[in-house]
Amino acid sequence: MKFVRTLLAGTVAAAAMTSAAAAQDCPIKVGVLHSLSGTMAISETTLKDTMEMLVAAQNEKGGLLGCDLEAVVVDPASDWPLFAEKARELLTVHEVDVIFGNWTSVSRKSVLPVIEELNGLLFYPVQYEGEESSKNVFYTGAAPNQQAIPATDYFLEELGVEKFALLGTDYVYPRTTNNILESYLKDKGIAQEDIFVNYTPFGHSDWSKIVADVVALGADGKKVGVISTINGDANIGFYKELAAAGISADDIPVVAFSVGEEELAGLDTSNLVGHLAAWNYFMSADTEANAEFIAAWHEFIGDEARVTNDPMEAHYIGFNMWVNAATAAGTTDVDAVREAMWGQEFPNLTGGTAVMGVNHHLSKPVLIGEILADGQFDIISETDPVPGDAWTDYLPESAVLESDWKDLQCGMYNTETQTCVQLTSNY
Amino acid sequence: MQRSFLIKNPSVMIFLAVLTVFTILVTFSSEAFGAGIISTSFVKTLGKTLCLALIAVAMDLVWGYAGILSLGHFAFFGLGGYMIGMWLMYERTKEIVATSMAQNPIPPTAQEVVDGIGTQIFGVVGSSEFPVIWFFADSLFMQLLLVVAVPGVLAFVFGWLAFRSRVTGVYLSILTQAMTLALSLYLFQNDSGLRGNNGLSGLQNLPGVTASQDYVSIWFFWASALALALGYIFAAWIVSGKFGSVIRGIRDNEARVRFLGYSVEGYKLFLFTVTAMIAGVAGALYYPQAGIINPAEIAPIASIYLAVWVAIGGRGRLYGAVLGAVFVSLVSTYFTGGQAPDINLGFYRIQWVDWWTILLGLSFVLVTLFAPKGIGGLFDLIAERRTPDRHGADLGPDQGSLREREAEE
Amino acid sequence: MLKRLLVVVLAMFCLATQVVAQDAATEPTNETASETEAVALGPMQEVLQSVSELIVDSSRRTIQPAIDAVAGSGLDAAPFVLETWQARDMWQRISDGQFFKAVKAGDGYALTDFDTGEVVATVTKDDIEQIKPNSGIQGLIGSALVAFQLNDPDPAKRREALASLERNASEDLLGVLRASIDNEEDADIRARKERLEKLITITYGTDPANRIAAIESVAGNLDVAVRGALNPLVATRIMAFDGAIPDDVNVARELRVGSEALSREEAYALTDGEPLLTDDALRGLLQANIVDGAVGGVPVAELSDPERRVAAFEALEAAGTVPPAATEDDVDAALDGKVFAAVYSEPNADVTDAAQSALTAIETKVGLFQIFDLGLDALSLGSIYFLAAIGLAITFGVMGVINMAHGEFIMMGAYTGYVVQQIVPNHTASILLAIPLAFAVTFAAGVAMERLVIRYLYNRPLETLLATFGISIALQQLAKNIFGTQARPLTSPDWLGGAWVMNDVVSISTVRIAIFVLALIFLAVFLFIMKRTRLGLETRAVTQNRGMASAMGINPERVNMLTFGLGSGIAGIAGVAIGLYAQVTSEIGQAYIVQSFMTVVVGGVGNIWGTLLGAGLIGILQKGIEWFNPSNTLAAQTYMIIFIIIFIQFRPRGIIALKGRAAGD
Repeated sequence: MKFVRTLLAGTVAAAAMTSAAAAQDCPIKVGVLHSLSGTMAISETTLKDTMEMLVAAQNEKGGLLGCDLEAVVVDPASDWPLFAEKARELLTVHEVDVIFGNWTSVSRKSVLPVIEELNGLLFYPVQYEGEESSKNVFYTGAAPNQQAIPATDYFLEELGVEKFALLGTDYVYPRTTNNILESYLKDKGIAQEDIFVNYTPFGHSDWSKIVADVVALGADGKKVGVISTINGDANIGFYKELAAAGISADDIPVVAFSVGEEELAGLDTSNLVGHLAAWNYFMSADTEANAEFIAAWHEFIGDEARVTNDPMEAHYIGFNMWVNAATAAGTTDVDAVREAMWGQEFPNLTGGTAVMGVNHHLSKPVLIGEILADGQFDIISETDPVPGDAWTDYLPESAVLESDWKDLQCGMYNTETQTCVQLTSNY
Repeated sequence: MQRSFLIKNPSVMIFLAVLTVFTILVTFSSEAFGAGIISTSFVKTLGKTLCLALIAVAMDLVWGYAGILSLGHFAFFGLGGYMIGMWLMYERTKEIVATSMAQNPIPPTAQEVVDGIGTQIFGVVGSSEFPVIWFFADSLFMQLLLVVAVPGVLAFVFGWLAFRSRVTGVYLSILTQAMTLALSLYLFQNDSGLRGNNGLSGLQNLPGVTASQDYVSIWFFWASALALALGYIFAAWIVSGKFGSVIRGIRDNEARVRFLGYSVEGYKLFLFTVTAMIAGVAGALYYPQAGIINPAEIAPIASIYLAVWVAIGGRGRLYGAVLGAVFVSLVSTYFTGGQAPDINLGFYRIQWVDWWTILLGLSFVLVTLFAPKGIGGLFDLIAERRTPDRHGADLGPDQGSLREREAEE
Repeated sequence: MLKRLLVVVLAMFCLATQVVAQDAATEPTNETASETEAVALGPMQEVLQSVSELIVDSSRRTIQPAIDAVAGSGLDAAPFVLETWQARDMWQRISDGQFFKAVKAGDGYALTDFDTGEVVATVTKDDIEQIKPNSGIQGLIGSALVAFQLNDPDPAKRREALASLERNASEDLLGVLRASIDNEEDADIRARKERLEKLITITYGTDPANRIAAIESVAGNLDVAVRGALNPLVATRIMAFDGAIPDDVNVARELRVGSEALSREEAYALTDGEPLLTDDALRGLLQANIVDGAVGGVPVAELSDPERRVAAFEALEAAGTVPPAATEDDVDAALDGKVFAAVYSEPNADVTDAAQSALTAIETKVGLFQIFDLGLDALSLGSIYFLAAIGLAITFGVMGVINMAHGEFIMMGAYTGYVVQQIVPNHTASILLAIPLAFAVTFAAGVAMERLVIRYLYNRPLETLLATFGISIALQQLAKNIFGTQARPLTSPDWLGGAWVMNDVVSISTVRIAIFVLALIFLAVFLFIMKRTRLGLETRAVTQNRGMASAMGINPERVNMLTFGLGSGIAGIAGVAIGLYAQVTSEIGQAYIVQSFMTVVVGGVGNIWGTLLGAGLIGILQKGIEWFNPSNTLAAQTYMIIFIIIFIQFRPRGIIALKGRAAGD
């Protein structure tokens, strides 16, 4: 049998292996599910490197539970079905104890059924649209109330914006976020006709008309602000057009939820000074932990010019929390670790402490930064830690829902009917 | 008739035998029914590969035999997936919603159940209304019908327009590519009612089935194998008779066939539509195994890859198409799995994740340049079948076709 | 002289109002100061200390008193403090909470005292904390500065003041602004001031005649600010009146119930009738009244039928357990005798009439200019497509080679631009250098590809498609391996960085104009090469009849090689141009390849004018569709492609079809 196994593994080594090893076999395997090719590689490769760095650092500290950690890296190639396939492969073939991965909600929705079926553990590091709480996923990125809502508040209160242009790339995150924001803005007394919504495809580059439309919004004398959920490299064309049109942040401020240090590396920011971004982390945060993290990153990657960003911090917190939870539980068994995760605390890189809630979302401070000429952000506002809210309070269907895996043991609990709507997630 | 057909085409018998043996082997190595040597995720990969082989057979029919390089067949494949996906999603969500609503103090009205399903399915894209195209989503029978009907009708309308205007050769390729792009862009819009870029997901969970994925994967594997066998026999039957001769004639010299009195457009249209339907069936089997379908699947590049599989496997022979699809799909699984060891050249470390796409690209070039018969050409060596050395000269006036086999017959 | 006097009077006035507040506020600060150390604070420092908490808190909602305190202090240092504060140069010393202007000096920061204007200390960064007013606060500070800056001798500061006044116009400053116009010497600034004065008068003026005059004077002006001033005047809201509308209400128009502007439900919601019973409310009511497994006598199990639910509700209603819901009759009764009207919030009818007619005139003009602007956008998009497709018009149109790697040549050009910019930091020089270099690189790549691959496949066009597709994905991955997956910056020189602005409606970025010009140049170059040079003649000869051309002494191999190289080279230059306005990634070519092929096919293969028309048609179509559905750019692309597919049905050979022998086939 053993012979057959090695033979098969040699020929079709992709996936043809299985064995029911005990949970505490050394080394402890950490799955890394980030695209290394295709459109999403642009963002995800960095996170793969981050994970390798964190695993190496942990091994230097003596590993976990007396074992060395081993990062198992697979490439889902920005292909959503492949995410599900690779997740299954990680869990059944490589038998990893935890998976760190995914970027974009589609990829997460693709992986969800697999993770839930096989009772895996996934740490998702990117800001997302909420409306989900899976038993098997820990969301270390921001939920809408940890990024979008505070940024909108900032627009309303600090900048006095009265008219909103919600520009987004056409996919789930912008759609849902804009939906939540629309309803939130209406709550705040902004009329429907003062909200302009536009969706563009991935990688869109022809922005002149949209920018002109936004400028024209100012025709009724109200102050216009842009909330941008434009994703990835489409931002570059957008900001270039914005700069060319000479729109300063004083006239029409733009706050972006998907533009971080990495994206700004692709363009000259001298004309964009003053436009905003909302995140839970900026590289410019002035703390000791952050300085150490940046130094470690530069050393690991061997390039002083590389920047750090918010999802990297999310992985940093997620990974360390997982290590601590596994240590506390004394095992890497998913259910034990999951229970040990609730209430885990770990210091943020920006100061303060992140706390994992029973709804599998982190409590983190929200930062708002202004773009500087050198491609960094000047942090101009920092809130107290905000607990992530899985189900938004601003949509009527979700306002009644609650997630509590500890006491209610349910990720989608209807407080009105007092019932658990479902245990698995919506895909 | 059947007898003579099989005897005339021994390759069909061989293919079926190999497929049967392969299916049995996989079944008994699976985690569900056998030794568990092959993991469930790999069974799924194999099942999907069989579906890809099926659409490759369809592609070979239109391209290898009729000379129509369609860059739109993957769109039909995707449409098939969408059609079955709608039913899977609707029914699965209905179960969840019905169970959850049954706990309410007052039993829900039918409308409330439907609204609940709508909220669940379209909640992620910020809507809750059922679009019109979901009209039949609650009926498995209707959706199964649509799996073949939607690609069929689209192919028929598109083909009728294109062939009627005598759009041929590379123009047709570009036009089909444009159609694919338009369809994928359309589906990318949330307004299209199919959840935009999110697509339909969780398709691997069959409604009403409690068996684990270990079993479900094997069921789909069997279904895929059966579909491939039937598709193969059908394709072989089509190309072996008079019909086959006519379409090969069209490939080699369309004008001449037309002057002989054949309705060239009719033949092309029939073939285009039928292969689109086969593609739809393949897609309907593929996506429940993949678990998610979204518009990126339909992007024009997928259809080009399909053509490449057929080219690598060997055009104008059905088993060639199957070989090409299986080979490329498995090799790419191998390289994206991160299993391939890095090669250390001392000054540079070759990581396959970075380099395998380049290798794939170059292999297209090499195959077209040096092995126009593809992998299937190896069988000619075994069969000692030779082609006349024509010093690169063409056989007929049409420059776009492959004629080695006819040269010898 | 008059100006001076006015400022002084104003300052005195502000001071007088401020003193009272100040006294109350400074008291606690004095106490703490005396406790620690009796240092005599400068007067400005005292003012700042009095509002210290607000300044540190730094929120737009609460900051106004702090700004007023500084601006109204009457001290000479006030503008200096405000400017420093606005520029984020104000820091607080942690040890004693005093505020200073801090300037980086060597390793530390030099602290300048606001009262004396002298450097008092040099400290390290740990000792001081920066005060970071956000742009909302900066705007408020800017408004406060206006009064000081409007008469500043430095024209730059006067412009700054006007810019800030344009953003946050306020009634209070109208007088200051009017007063400053007379003494303005700079004609440009004076015009701006006069214009601004009119706008503020429109919004805040007290004399209706004045306002109407101002409104009439701006009629036909296309500035967004003008519309911004006029539109609030004509803003309406819908109100319900019992019987007749009172005279003191400025009515825009009466509304009929059930019309498009006012549905029956909306009208009913404006009255104070009982709320209508919604399905959700019905379920809630029923749920609350379940008695022994039945509601109003209807068993719970039957309630899945909507009709039974209504029956149950009616039973409850009859029993009096639930309050009656509004019926259709109630709605009718509530609406009966009511008059609905859209009402201006501006009470003066003459003003609203004037604003309305001025706006109508403006809107018509805006509409026309918008169409013009759309035309410019379409032209620009068309020129981008043309530029991307012109290389293809040579390789595909003239030679008949399907080159799927064309997009990757565009990418190579863009990356060449990026690399050159890394070596030559001057943007103008680097772009001028990048263009020939990009041509050289892609020309070489094209020639290599033609020699190594394509020449073996001239008789098999479909296989050329596959082979070049292979090259395409290999090149893309290679670019990823070399340059990484992150987008790379390709920055245009400053003279290309701005936009050509005709008015607030029509503008187009300079890069796009440059691309348009480049496209025209290439058209000319293409025509010149094809019609006027030996190479063009030979190319045409080889395309039309290779054998004959070869018999006439033309070397077809060489001609093919050069032509292909030329087409690829042009793609490289297009890459530099596209990289200037969009993102430089390894996938930049993918965005253009299908569109480029369609441009060539729609235009008609083998004819450059056709390609030009094709690009124009696609540009106009896409922008036209976007115009109809501005919130969904994807839809525009989808319908554009569908239109092209249908178009090809009717003109399978494109807009300009080659006739006769040359058509081949």
